[in-house]
This record gives sequence, C-alpha cells and structure tokens, in this order.
Amino acid sequence: MSDASLQSPSAAPARKGSLHRQDERTRKRNAAEARFRGYGIAAIAVGVFFLVVLAFSIIRSGVPAFTHTVLDVEITLTQQQFDEAEAQLFKTKAYAGYFNATLTAELERRGISVPFDEAAIERLAGKVGGTLREFYRANPDQLGQPVTFELPASSRVDGYFNGRVSRDTLQESRFLMLADLDLVDALSEAGIIHGTFNWNFITGADSGVDNPGGAGIGASVVGSFFMMLVVLFLSLPIGVAASIYLEEFAPQNRFTDLIEVNISNLAAVPSIVFGILGLAVFIQFAHLPQSAPLVGGLVLTLMTLPTIIISTRASLKAVPPSIRDAALGVGASKMQAVFHHVLPLAMPGILTGTIIGLAQALGETAPLLLIGMVGFVARGYPDGFIAGFTEPNSAMPAQIYTWAARADASFYDKAWGGIIILLIFLLTMNIIAIILRRRFERRW
Amino acid sequence: MYDAPQTQREVDLTQTKIAARNVQVYYGDTHAIKDVDVNIEDKTVTAFIGPSGCGKSTFLRCLNRMNDTIDVCRVEGDILIDGEDIYDKRVDPVQLRAKVGMVFQKPNPFPKSIYDNVAYGPRIHGLAKNKADLDDIVERALRRGAIWDEVKDRLQSPGTGLSGGQQQRLCIARAVATEPEVLLMDEPWSALDPIATAQVEELIDELRQNYSVVIVTHSMQQAARVSQKTAFFHLGNLVEFGETGQIFTNPEDPRTESYITGRIG
Ligand SMILES: Nc1ncnc2c1ncn2[C@@H]1O[C@H](COP(=O)(O)OP(=O)(O)OP(=O)(O)O)[C@@H](O)[C@H]1O
Ligand SMILES: [Mg+2]
Repeated sequence: MSDASLQSPSAAPARKGSLHRQDERTRKRNAAEARFRGYGIAAIAVGVFFLVVLAFSIIRSGVPAFTHTVLDVEITLTQQQFDEAEAQLFKTKAYAGYFNATLTAELERRGISVPFDEAAIERLAGKVGGTLREFYRANPDQLGQPVTFELPASSRVDGYFNGRVSRDTLQESRFLMLADLDLVDALSEAGIIHGTFNWNFITGADSGVDNPGGAGIGASVVGSFFMMLVVLFLSLPIGVAASIYLEEFAPQNRFTDLIEVNISNLAAVPSIVFGILGLAVFIQFAHLPQSAPLVGGLVLTLMTLPTIIISTRASLKAVPPSIRDAALGVGASKMQAVFHHVLPLAMPGILTGTIIGLAQALGETAPLLLIGMVGFVARGYPDGFIAGFTEPNSAMPAQIYTWAARADASFYDKAWGGIIILLIFLLTMNIIAIILRRRFERRW
Repeated sequence: MYDAPQTQREVDLTQTKIAARNVQVYYGDTHAIKDVDVNIEDKTVTAFIGPSGCGKSTFLRCLNRMNDTIDVCRVEGDILIDGEDIYDKRVDPVQLRAKVGMVFQKPNPFPKSIYDNVAYGPRIHGLAKNKADLDDIVERALRRGAIWDEVKDRLQSPGTGLSGGQQQRLCIARAVATEPEVLLMDEPWSALDPIATAQVEELIDELRQNYSVVIVTHSMQQAARVSQKTAFFHLGNLVEFGETGQIFTNPEDPRTESYITGRIG
C-alpha cells in the first residue's frame, strides 16, 4: 500500500475524528459501564462478606457440640469390695467412695494434691457411684480386672473447657464452685479429664432437658430422612405429571388460568398455614399418627408441590416449540413427543427445581411444630422401615429449635452443631443438583 | 406451454391426492386463509408462491393438521386426502402425519444423534424389523437427503452440531425415512447452498415418481424448475392455480403477473 492510498480517506473533508481518540459520547458510555461493573463487584463483595461472617460464626459456635469433655479413670474393683458395697444401705455412695479413692491415688501417683470430696466429683461428672454400680451389676465378670470408665463431664465443665465458662464469669452455685475448677485443672494436667470427639452427638437421640451432654441429632436425621422420602416420592411424580398436563395437554382457558394463578398463590402461602392444615386434615380428620414423619412428609409435600410445578413448567416452556413440531411432524403422538423429546430436554430444570424444593422442605420448621414433630419426641431410633414413617420422631430443624429453646446453655452449642449438620445436608443436596444438571446437559 | 425443462417431463395428472374445499383458517379473529379451493395431484410437485405473510405456511400446515397445535387456530371447510376428510372426528392426526410428512421452514433436528434423528420416525411406526433393517432405512433416507457422504462417518454425533444447511437436509432425510405419501416442504432452501439446493431439487423430482410433493418457495426460478403446478396466494386468497408454465408465462390474474414480475411482495 502506498502512502497516497492511506492518506486519501483522511483527505476527504467529511471524515470526523480519529479512531485512536475516543470522542465525548464514547468516554461517557465507557465511564457508565465501568461504574456499573464497580456496583456489581461491590454487591458481590458485600454478599461474600456476609457469607464469610455467617460461616465463621456458625462454625465457631457449632464446633463445641462435636466435642465433649470426659474423665478417663481406670478402676479395679474386687469381688470383696463389690460384696461389701452391696451390703450397705447407701450402695451408690460406697461406689462413689471407691471412685474417689482411685482418683486420689491416681493423682498422688503423679504428685498432684488437691483436696476434693464426693460432692465435687458429683458436680464434675454426675452420679459416678450409680454408673459404677450399674456397670458391675451388669458385668460381674469384670470384677477384679482393670476397667477404664469414660465418664462425660458436666455441661459447666464442658463450658469451662471450650471457653463458655471462665473463672471470672463463673457464678458459684450448686452446679459448680470456683474450687472445683482447681480440681478440673489438676485432673486436666494429669490427663484424666480431656476433650474428645462426641460421636454421640451425631449418632445419638435427644436427651432430657437436664442432660445436654447426652443429646444427639441422629434420631432426628432419621426422621428427616423418612420425611424426605415421602416428599420425594409424592411431590416429584405428582408435580411433574401436573406440570406436563398443564403445559402440554390442557387447553388454554379460564379454568386452567385459574389453576395457574392458584398454584402461584400456593407457593407464597406461609408454611405455618400448611402446618395447621396438616393438623386438621391428616391428624384430626384422617387420624394418622401424631408426630409421625409420614404426616410431616405429607405436609411438606403440599408445600413443595407448587415449587416443583412452577419450576417444571418453566423448564418445559423453555424447550423450543420447534422440537415438538419436529416430533409431531414425523407422526409421533403428543405423549411420544413429550416423553421422547421434551421431557429429556427439560430434565435438568426439573431436577434442579425438585432438589431445591426438597432442600426447602428439609429446612422447614414451623409446620412440623404444629403436627407435633417437636424435638423432644426424638428419643430413640425407629425400629424398622415402616416404623420409620409411623413412629413419633422429630426432624433436624425442629430438633434444633427445641435445643435452642432449652434453658441449659450447653443446649445452645448443640443447636449450633445441629445447624452445621443441617447445612452439610443442604450443601450435599445442592451439589447433587448441580452434578445432575451437568450430567444431563452435557449430553448435547 | 411449459418452459423447456417441463416439456420433457411426463406428468400423470389424472389423480387428485388432496382436495381442499372452501377452506377458511382463523387465528383468533385474524382470517388468514380465505375460501381456498384447490386440487393437489398425486405424483406431482405443487409449488405455493406468494408474498410473505400471505398464508402459504398456514395452508400447508392444514394439510397435515399441524395447526391443531396452535390453540387459537381454527380451520373450516373440507380437506380430503384420497377422498377422506382429514378433519373428520375419526381421523387420528398421528396416523395422518405418518402419511403426510413435513419439512419445516427452520431446521429443527432433535437434540439426539444423527442416526436417532432419522431412525426416530421408522422406530415409532415400526417400519424396521431389526437393527440391520433400520440401518438400511437410515442410510437410504440420508442418501435421499443428499447428506449421507457428509455424515456417514459420524452418525452418532449430535444432529444439532451440523451446519444450518446440513441440519435442513437431515430434516428432509428424517421426513422421507417414514415413507410418507405426501411430503410438505416449507421453504427448506433458506439455509442451503446452491449445490445442496440442486441436490434437494433432484430429490424432489425423484420423490415425485411415487409421492405428491408440496413446496413453498420464494424463488420463482425454483418454482419454475421443480414444480408442475403452482398456486399463487395473496392476502389469504388463492389467486391463481394452474400449470406452472402457464402461471409463469401467461398469468390470468393481474396480481399474479405483478408478483411474478416483482411489483408486489
Ligand atoms: N401462530 C399464529 N398466530 C396468529 N397469527 C398467525 C400465526 N401464524 C401465522 N399467523 C398469521 O397468519 C398469516 C399468514 O402467515 P403464514 O405464516 O402462513 O405466512 P407465509 O405465507 O408462510 O409467510 P412467509 O413467506 O413469510 O413464511 C400472517 O398474517 C400471520 O401473521
Ligand atoms: Mg411461511
């Protein structure tokens, strides 16, 4: 190219400014764009900040629920000691005496000396005498051999270990005295008292209001599981069938419009309304068992259906009509067109909607309280699969609610721990939703 | 009266395949097809021409009842195929569409493999006795769709991954795979290059030996090249219908003449 040919355009008088210089309008436009990006990044930063704060506080408050403080004491009880104790009037007191003697000897052996009495031990570890007696009466063959007892420490000692209770904040009471903390320190130094992972919190059932150490979330996880089974196996087929009918087969008229409006309204109905409906219809009218996961599942199905129907209809709508035409054009029936071509394309959306609906149902508390699935009924595991649906049980969120409402501050830790478990389940479900969506989408 | 290519063709014009009488189509309050009477003959290519929005697609979709899928669409009058009213209550549109195949204006392959795209129709109609049979049908259909050479090595790759023109030929293959008696083609050329267009035109000429083919086209030359009969639609009316040669050389209606000569449309 010669210079002349390059210059000829710029020589033309009609040409405005150079491409290498931005004009006023472009500059303004770019500034607006940069501003908007700034807002967007700021919004995301705020969201992430709150997420981090939330995650941090949940983990900090919830982790203590997964550990508990125990006293490890090795005791050897002879047949003779056993007989003597059983002959006394206050039998458990005799056992407590053996325990104290063993503990004193153990401390002395390590050169530690702190004065303590039976009352102090009871404040630290509960009624050890009773525990010992029960054990040896049930296992007389263990007499004469060393047995290691792992005794859960009281909730205040627990609190002292995980920082909830300190020497400055401790209020002397019949539950814990300041002097007891010296004993705790000494025992801790001797390695007798220490924290360990609390399996019971994951596998156990709810305990009484006076025993936060024994409380576990396992039974209510099982309750939630059976409830989710009911919700999944009712709401997925009903919801998908209803959406397919409404979207693909039903004529567009006033009546279907009415149904559509009502489904949207149902999605906005507060969950407690479904709870009282479940109480009236399923328990009082149909006489289904109270507090049963079956009833909880039915109530949550009612709640989940609108969510599933709305998301399924949206994903059916998103399938291009040309696919339906193509199928009908080669002589497929309407049902073949839907099941062979439309549904597979809508599947990722349907699955995502279903799992999000399930996740919502998993975290729902209010309706469960109304039908009696409160936390304290989760006192044990159901015996068998059918019983899992019909026996009284609780669910994770209701259990958390119950714990949070209890007076003993240790239950507060349990509530946070329960929230961690609940969140783990929710995250898992969301991850499954994402994986399923990827799997189905990757096909084309 | 024919142009040169047509004069060499032997056309059997004796048999009426589709007869339409007083057909009216409404989209809600819009009167899209007004009082159309037409006889479409067997073993003939009939071209529908006319300006955009005049109702060519609408009328074509009446012939295999694809308009049933549009809620607001209402069809009145009689359409007979082999003397049977296709809008009769006893007619199952599914059976009708197996007999009257269709290629749509926009290519719409299924989001499945190329093989499955073509095999779907024969499968649901039970045309193949076994896998080898089905393979044969698929190959024959793809050959007729003038796309076999391009896809024979990747039958299992998705049909939606083809180029627009290849997709359209795949759709043609899919339509002929079910062995329809009538083939309706709504402007299948819009995405085709001249070579593929020529191949599809050849295919249409071949299909004419056994079937009745109805095409919609915006290209006068094409209508003149491939069709024996031409129908000119204007604002929902069938203005003129007759031998292609006569329509193009000696139209009776002034509207036809101005359209052909490029004054309307
Ligand atoms: N689904 C529909 N709902 C309402 N009106 C429609 C619908 N489809 C077509 N119409 C109307 O019917 C008339 C005829 O449309 P049609 O699609 O048959 O035109 P066409 O001749 O095929 O045009 P083109 O050559 O552009 O494809 C148009 O006025 C159009 O607006
Ligand atoms: Mg059209």
